[in-house]
Amino acid sequence: MINFNILLIIFVLSCFIGYFVVLGVTPALYSPFMSISNAISGIVIIGAITQHGSDFWNFLAVFLASVNIFGGFAVSSRMLVMFKKKEPKN
Amino acid sequence: MNHLIYIYLLCICAIIIAIRFMASPQTAALGAKISIFAMLLAIASDFVPVPQNVIYLASAIFFGAAVGILLGLKIKITSLPQMVALLNGLGGAAVVCIAIGDAHIFSSALVLGSVVGTVTFSGSVVAFCKLQGFLSKPDFRFLNPIILNVLFLCLTAYFAFMFYRHFDIVYFWALIFSSLLWGIFLVFPVGGADMPIIISILNAFSGWNSVAIGFAQQNILLITVGSIIGLGGIILAQIMIRATNSSLLKLFTSHKDLSSSSANHLQTAKSINTRDAAFILKNADKIIIVPGFGMAAASAQHALKNMSDLLRNKFSADVKYAIHPVAGRMPGHMNVLLAEANVDYDQVFELEDINREFSETDVAYVIGANDITNPEALSNPASPLYGMSILDVSKAKTVIFIKRSLGSGYSGVDNPLFFAPNTFMLYGDAKKVTEEIDKFLEQ
Repeated sequence: MINFNILLIIFVLSCFIGYFVVLGVTPALYSPFMSISNAISGIVIIGAITQHGSDFWNFLAVFLASVNIFGGFAVSSRMLVMFKKKEPKN
Repeated sequence: MNHLIYIYLLCICAIIIAIRFMASPQTAALGAKISIFAMLLAIASDFVPVPQNVIYLASAIFFGAAVGILLGLKIKITSLPQMVALLNGLGGAAVVCIAIGDAHIFSSALVLGSVVGTVTFSGSVVAFCKLQGFLSKPDFRFLNPIILNVLFLCLTAYFAFMFYRHFDIVYFWALIFSSLLWGIFLVFPVGGADMPIIISILNAFSGWNSVAIGFAQQNILLITVGSIIGLGGIILAQIMIRATNSSLLKLFTSHKDLSSSSANHLQTAKSINTRDAAFILKNADKIIIVPGFGMAAASAQHALKNMSDLLRNKFSADVKYAIHPVAGRMPGHMNVLLAEANVDYDQVFELEDINREFSETDVAYVIGANDITNPEALSNPASPLYGMSILDVSKAKTVIFIKRSLGSGYSGVDNPLFFAPNTFMLYGDAKKVTEEIDKFLEQ
């Protein structure tokens, strides 16, 4: 069991990291970034896999989270391919 | 279980680096690959001490992945904002399911997670329906939004307290139900022009959801990654809110008083046809194209790219694109569409980088944008748009304004730019009009 205070410290520090990392994202890429961060927020799937709760809700949670993850990545890679396509043209 | 923490650490670092790589379009694709790797690693590592219900879990992941990838690849480019909203909602729903499964012990983090998760879910579904056009403009308001939100806040807090006190699952379901309604009423009054902001906020919510689950399950990976995403959404929303001179409170509670705008339909707008517009463009040295949601709705980006190529190569004009932070229906919406049409991102500029250039521009070609060009935002304190940053197209020598009719923008505010002496209205569908101009330019 991890101490709550340690979790709190980790939480606050990662907020700072998040702030500075996301500020660096270029405005042109906000859409693919949102889509990727949307996919990454599906990380809650881990909470469902490691949880030993009732089976039906567990199944549903894992299913929904993976739709979120894989759908998000599919959408973002489609967007990013568009941004990449014209490089040889330059 | 001890090895897991090292794998989690690796995943956290990989995700931070992946987002860092989104700083430039050249490295963004690599960043996406790194984040996919990190996610797969995080999921796979939880299967290492093989769980008892492995087949159950694996099949859920398999079906989820199949549905997700199919949805992501099949969706039309015009429907991307809806898709982002929908996926976000599913993430919220997943959190609620986890919370329901875990509800056999009381945890304040879990209660918080289920409230935010449910609000994310129902809010995203409403946003999806609005973007898809299932819901029309919000013209019904039974209650002041501030009162309504406070009411739901109290109701949710009451159920949370009762759940804590009596530990009856009935209160938990009541909690979920009231949050469901809360999400609906929170997003319902938000207008289409504010959609990019609301989508970012819902995205932030889904990050805070995983933070809540992380605290409930004492999982460092969920806390770290969740808070990075939560802040990411907030930053995007904040940037856009600042550009529209709005505030979070105004966004959810706005009563836009439309009667205050000085309606003056007695003035006449000059209109031109596509032949004349092509003639004006032919003779211009410097052109700035200002796209808005109308371009997205009409899918005019390919015709537009064709037009700018013709102008650049045949008439050696300097053509640039100017993007307002809230143009379109999601952050960066215009950039994605222009990228789809193969427009070089070196020609695409953000508001603060290009706004000064309008005064030395021959033609501003406004296509499907309205409120983001309204000069009243600078000059008329009575205007509901007052204080919003706008693209200063009125400074250009000539403005060609493509519009379906002489109506007001989404905000319902009149745009005096239509009646300015240097503005020519070009009525018609954004795509058709631009294609016609292309034909004249090719001759």
